[in-house]
Amino acid sequence: MTTTLPAYDEVVARYEPVIGLETHVELGTNTKMWCGCPTDFGGEPNTRVCPVCLGLPGSLPVANSAAIEATIRIGLALNCSIAQWCRFARKNYFYPDMPKNFQISQYDEPLCFDGYLDVEVDGELVRIGIERVHLEEDTGKTLHVGGATGRIHGATESLVDYNRAGIPLVEIVTKPIPGTGALAPEVARAYVTELRDVIRSLGVSDVRMEEGSLRCDVNTSLNLPGEEWGTRTETKNVNSLRSVERAVRSEMLRQASVLEAGGRITQETRHFHEDTGDTTPGRSKETATDYRYFPEPDLVPIAPDPAWVAELKAALPELPRLHRRRLQQAWGLSDADMQSVLNAGAVELIEQTVAAGASPAAARKWWLGELSRRANETGVELADIGATPAQVAELQGLVDAGKLNDKLARTVLEGVVAGEGSPTEIMTNRNLEVVSDTGALTAAVDEAIAANPAIADKVRSGKVAAAGALVGAVMKTTRGQADAQTVRTLILDRLNAQS
Amino acid sequence: MAAISREEVAHLARLSRLAVTEEELDTFAGQLDVILQAVAQVGEVAAADIPPTSHSVPLTNVFREDVVTPCLTPEEALSGAPDAEEQRFRVPRILDEDVAS
Repeated sequence: MTTTLPAYDEVVARYEPVIGLETHVELGTNTKMWCGCPTDFGGEPNTRVCPVCLGLPGSLPVANSAAIEATIRIGLALNCSIAQWCRFARKNYFYPDMPKNFQISQYDEPLCFDGYLDVEVDGELVRIGIERVHLEEDTGKTLHVGGATGRIHGATESLVDYNRAGIPLVEIVTKPIPGTGALAPEVARAYVTELRDVIRSLGVSDVRMEEGSLRCDVNTSLNLPGEEWGTRTETKNVNSLRSVERAVRSEMLRQASVLEAGGRITQETRHFHEDTGDTTPGRSKETATDYRYFPEPDLVPIAPDPAWVAELKAALPELPRLHRRRLQQAWGLSDADMQSVLNAGAVELIEQTVAAGASPAAARKWWLGELSRRANETGVELADIGATPAQVAELQGLVDAGKLNDKLARTVLEGVVAGEGSPTEIMTNRNLEVVSDTGALTAAVDEAIAANPAIADKVRSGKVAAAGALVGAVMKTTRGQADAQTVRTLILDRLNAQS
Repeated sequence: MAAISREEVAHLARLSRLAVTEEELDTFAGQLDVILQAVAQVGEVAAADIPPTSHSVPLTNVFREDVVTPCLTPEEALSGAPDAEEQRFRVPRILDEDVAS
């Protein structure tokens, strides 16, 4: 396509976007949804399979109680009603990623429905309606071979690994979100971010977009003000938070250019391309497969005990948004300072460091300073830097006890990141402890005074600032392992000067 | 009036990836019609106060604990496959299809 895209502000001045999001979350249960095969990420192909998840004749599924509980907890955290009685359904389709030729899902009886999630965008709360939260099974992974590119077009055959087939998958569908205007892309991103944080706080999934345990489809349409909602497209393959925002924006621009040229939008699935930020058409919805849903005969209905649901509700953790606000107050941070903590992905790390005994200020200093700098340099996530909150708290404890000064502490921290052991071990092994032996220090001070008589005279005559040079000399002989303030006091004492 | 049309049978055959000839379409449409008519008779006796039944056994909440059980070996898993490569099931390419979920 060679058409020039219109400017974004012109698009939002003329059209109103309506967005909607479908998010799939792989649950972090020990076992799959219908069988006892393990769910760990990775693994050699077809090593985590059994007759049930391979769909072999005669095998029967039995629902994983932990997955049911996790789904209900997600629903409750999203303010949903929980079904008093619901069933699984067969979604029939012909594709080898499910060996049964159908996927067990839920159709018109989702486990959780009609909720909402409040997200913060530009300091304002936006309430996102949740249509449904239902439970289904993940598919196997197909590898297309024989073609030149490894993609499905041009491939002659597919190789299938069923390790992922049958892993519990929760689908969370929003209600259509109108009225966000120019902020639509940001709202979409803020929603997925908040949803990820909520699910992580529940401890039911590791929600890693890069590993595919959180996946997102984005629906977008445009309409003229006062008119009916436009035809929507569904963009798949949106695999990062940044891509969620880009996908909405690029689809708004594309649809506007089609409408401006007098064209009409085709209801279709589109694929997002991470490299270009564009979407390209997939299969048209008009030829959509008829899934022939019907109640799954091999699984009995679920009827969650209301008392149990109430218990789960009462035990929900604090919402991440409220939790963050509470931490911000406890740590005494401005909005801007809290934002840098959030941007660095350091909230939990600082929280755990404080829990391990460090002051909020010290914890923030290490994680946002030295450790963030190293994370940026090496391109790893802060949480994967190699230092744990407990180690950072231990390091700060050594500083507080006067055993390390700031410079030595940074050297020790480098050792921690390099995997040399705990801060105390590194300090001892590398002999980095502050020289606190007054005898040794006094000798170093006397040596410095003797070597710099002119400076010593200046200090004696009251020019206290000149003592800095002597402090420097002592720090040099002790290889930085002295407390500068102690050295300074010793020098001034020795020269009978007042500080 | 037939309970299922020839076109519906053709549609279902396509969804199931069954190559059905024109002659077979006539045969199957007729046979399926007989089956559906028979099933429809049950619907005639169902009064408004009888809820539709999806499960013959009145059970709910049959769950298992989230405990790992032994898997098949890859050799066992692939033993029934018509073809395999790189320890994966090898199947003909499928185009123009959506994937689930």
